[in-house]
Amino acid sequence: MRADLAIIADLINPGARVLDLGCGEGDLLAHLQKTKQVNGYGLEIDSNNITTCIDKGVNVIEQNLDQGLDNFASDSFDMVIMTETLQSVKSPDLMLTDMLRIGEECIVTFPNFGYWRCRLYFILRGKMPVAEHLPYSWYDTPNIHLCTFRDFERLCRDKGVRIIERFVADSKHLNRPLMNLFPNFFGAIAFYRLGSGGG
Amino acid sequence: MSDLSSADSVGLVIPETYRHQQPFALQCGETLEGFELVYETYGELNDQASNAVLVCHALSGHHHAAGFHEAAESRPGWWDSCIGPGKPIDTRRFYVVSLNNLGGCHGSTGPRSINPTAGTPFGPEFPLVTVSDWVRSQRLLADHLGIQQFAAVIGGSLGGMQAMQWAIDFPDRLRAAVLIASAAKLSAQNIAFNEIARQAILTDPEYHHGKYREHGVNPDIGLMLARMLGHVTYLSDDGMRQKFGRELKSGDLSLGLDVEFQVESYLHHQGRSFSKQFDANTYLLMTRALDYFDPARPYEDDLVVALSNALCKFCVISFTTDWRFSVKRSKEIVDALVEAGKNVASAVIESDHGHDSFLLPISRYFKVLSTYMNRLHREAGGAC
Repeated sequence: MRADLAIIADLINPGARVLDLGCGEGDLLAHLQKTKQVNGYGLEIDSNNITTCIDKGVNVIEQNLDQGLDNFASDSFDMVIMTETLQSVKSPDLMLTDMLRIGEECIVTFPNFGYWRCRLYFILRGKMPVAEHLPYSWYDTPNIHLCTFRDFERLCRDKGVRIIERFVADSKHLNRPLMNLFPNFFGAIAFYRLGSGGG
Repeated sequence: MSDLSSADSVGLVIPETYRHQQPFALQCGETLEGFELVYETYGELNDQASNAVLVCHALSGHHHAAGFHEAAESRPGWWDSCIGPGKPIDTRRFYVVSLNNLGGCHGSTGPRSINPTAGTPFGPEFPLVTVSDWVRSQRLLADHLGIQQFAAVIGGSLGGMQAMQWAIDFPDRLRAAVLIASAAKLSAQNIAFNEIARQAILTDPEYHHGKYREHGVNPDIGLMLARMLGHVTYLSDDGMRQKFGRELKSGDLSLGLDVEFQVESYLHHQGRSFSKQFDANTYLLMTRALDYFDPARPYEDDLVVALSNALCKFCVISFTTDWRFSVKRSKEIVDALVEAGKNVASAVIESDHGHDSFLLPISRYFKVLSTYMNRLHREAGGAC
């Protein structure tokens, strides 16, 4: 099983109502349906991904995240998930607000631009970092809003978003000791579990 | 010339008739003494009777959805591109049932049938039928065929409305509903188009208050206008531009009022051939059934509550340039299904062909539909 799926599955209660924004090929939802009997829905715009989801029996809905989530009622889901997609939406800040409007809690994962390899790459080569967890060139990257863990946590604070849990990992979704000590330097990807209110 | 021998055709088909010989109460308050439904089937019903698929037709459709009635027939059934061996609704797996709805003019009891109490054709006196009435009559047909539960009920446009009504009214009689280019109710604009079409028929001097057959005439002009209007709304601006542009029928502009552009000639042809085949009273009935469709109404206008009854899973497909049953209408259905916690998959298909897209073999559309149908087959353990 993919390590990231297991990490997220651990954060979800059995039978929860789950909305996965940018669900890709539906691996996470298929996994959650099987292991947690969730009532899950995924939003996706890639036609091949949608077909794959349909084939897997995942509830996939063709919808462009950048056109908003107004069609979902407030507090209509237990958990709204966005894995490695926040950095490619038009307005991550508004997205975060909307996610917490719809869901009681959210799980957000994204690549860390403050990862030491990115920093080193930039300093030594003077070029936009390309790494295992950030494989695109600057001109074709879907990642238009890259940030560091510190940036993200600052946004959460400004918006009054409560960070309930954070799990930092490398690009293979494994946690190593140094990461917990200096997450913004040694962590490549973070899993945030978020709630409304508080600091 | 028809291609009967083609490996993906269901080949020659013979329509059958189901006779219901008890009174059938309609939603409008009137009762039919009994009725007949003409239908076709393709493929084989399996031993468990678990592989049946009901195909519901749209406004001007009928039971002849696939294959040919005779070798000399120039065109196959209206959804032949989708139904057959190896096609999205694969007749090697599924047993497909397609009928002509009550009130129709292709063999099922309708305005052209004899009213047993009067001994003359119903004509304009044929009672108003609703989507609910249709679905109840289809259920009787299912009973007759020994189908306790459909693997899927599928329809485009008005056909999709029937599939939705099935899910609400008879939740345990289907495992999936496939709603294509459909809506949970018509918009005011849609009703307006229907009303113009109806007025075209009603004001045709040959309509004779619906008793045109007694007068030995037919409101051809009214039907033609209704069809021409319908046709324009079923296509998209881009689609029409691509298909016709401003091409002239002959080489030069004659600057007259006669048919000059290709698009005019096309509409005339469509309208004329429709007026030869379709019954005006049926057209009035079918458009009324469309207008009145509103399954949320008995549930205080709450579609979420209406759909909460459903037990089946749903597949909702719409097309980008369809402005008669727009993507937005399908999204309303999807949103209500999500809120009701139902299983649903949805796809928005890029197409230039407007509402007509649902009848066309568009590659992504068929990919989505066949993937969904294959999954239903697989989930039934290959038993359907």
